[in-house]
Amino acid sequence: MNAAEQYVAAAYLVVLVLVLTYVLIIATKLQRLERTLDDVSSTKGATPDEPAPEEQTRPAASARRHRGGVEAQTR
Amino acid sequence: MAGTLRVARYSQRPRLIVSAWLALASMTGAVALIAYYAPEDVDQGLSQKIFYVHVPIALTAYACFGWGAWKALRHLSRRQPGADLESYVAIHIGVIFGVLTLTTGSIWAKISWGVWWTWGSDQLVLFLVLFLFYCAYMMLRFSVADGPQRANLCAVYALFGVVLIPVSFFAIRLSQDFIHPVVFNQHGPQMAGSMLLTFCVAWAALLALASTLYRIELAGKRIDLRLRELKEVRA
Repeated sequence: MNAAEQYVAAAYLVVLVLVLTYVLIIATKLQRLERTLDDVSSTKGATPDEPAPEEQTRPAASARRHRGGVEAQTR
Repeated sequence: MAGTLRVARYSQRPRLIVSAWLALASMTGAVALIAYYAPEDVDQGLSQKIFYVHVPIALTAYACFGWGAWKALRHLSRRQPGADLESYVAIHIGVIFGVLTLTTGSIWAKISWGVWWTWGSDQLVLFLVLFLFYCAYMMLRFSVADGPQRANLCAVYALFGVVLIPVSFFAIRLSQDFIHPVVFNQHGPQMAGSMLLTFCVAWAALLALASTLYRIELAGKRIDLRLRELKEVRA
């Protein structure tokens, strides 16, 4: 491999490595998001069966209004 | 890859998958053209092949900064929801392509001119100024608390930065810079047809790659934002 070939290979390798590093960082961030999403989903799924202590003492109509308000805010 | 697909499903964006496949196919095609189709330059020899990656990357960086400025303008003029985030992500991708431009340019300079960097070329210095300007955008964004004020400040900053793009592009053509070569001048592209075709395919491939990275990053940031809001509401 002469000098020119080495420099050309280095230029293309740098691009490849940087792009792959970026993709790796994005993949790590997405895995973290998936974990958070799973946590939030599992908490949300448990809510109807296991109401929070303060909701157990709240009247049913009030609890429905509260949940509706939360849903409206998250949209 | 699974994470990417999951994000695409959550965000209801099948265009992301199409964009990713398009980027992969065009990158493969570009590499094949560069390796087997484009002829070696008479003057520079094999080292000229860096041109097919260095120049398209620089042009893609300009495109990202331009897109970021356009979204900043949309934010300021129409208060388009999410335009601030789109502007930030576009500039983020532009900075990454800026790093690649400087790195590949440095390698090409070493083999062609014998030095890694020269302060005597207006094109190089102006691109460095442009790159540092957008690096400072990141510092500005992360030093101001999240909210409308930060969005407005960043939008104005991004709009100022876009002025540097034509300055950087035309400086080499207006000044007496004999170091950095000019391939595209008033007489058109100064290269063979096969070289021009390879260059166009490589540029299309890098635009597709930038578009894919932009969509992935944007989808991730949007989900992150929604999750944070959801957690705050539930807390």
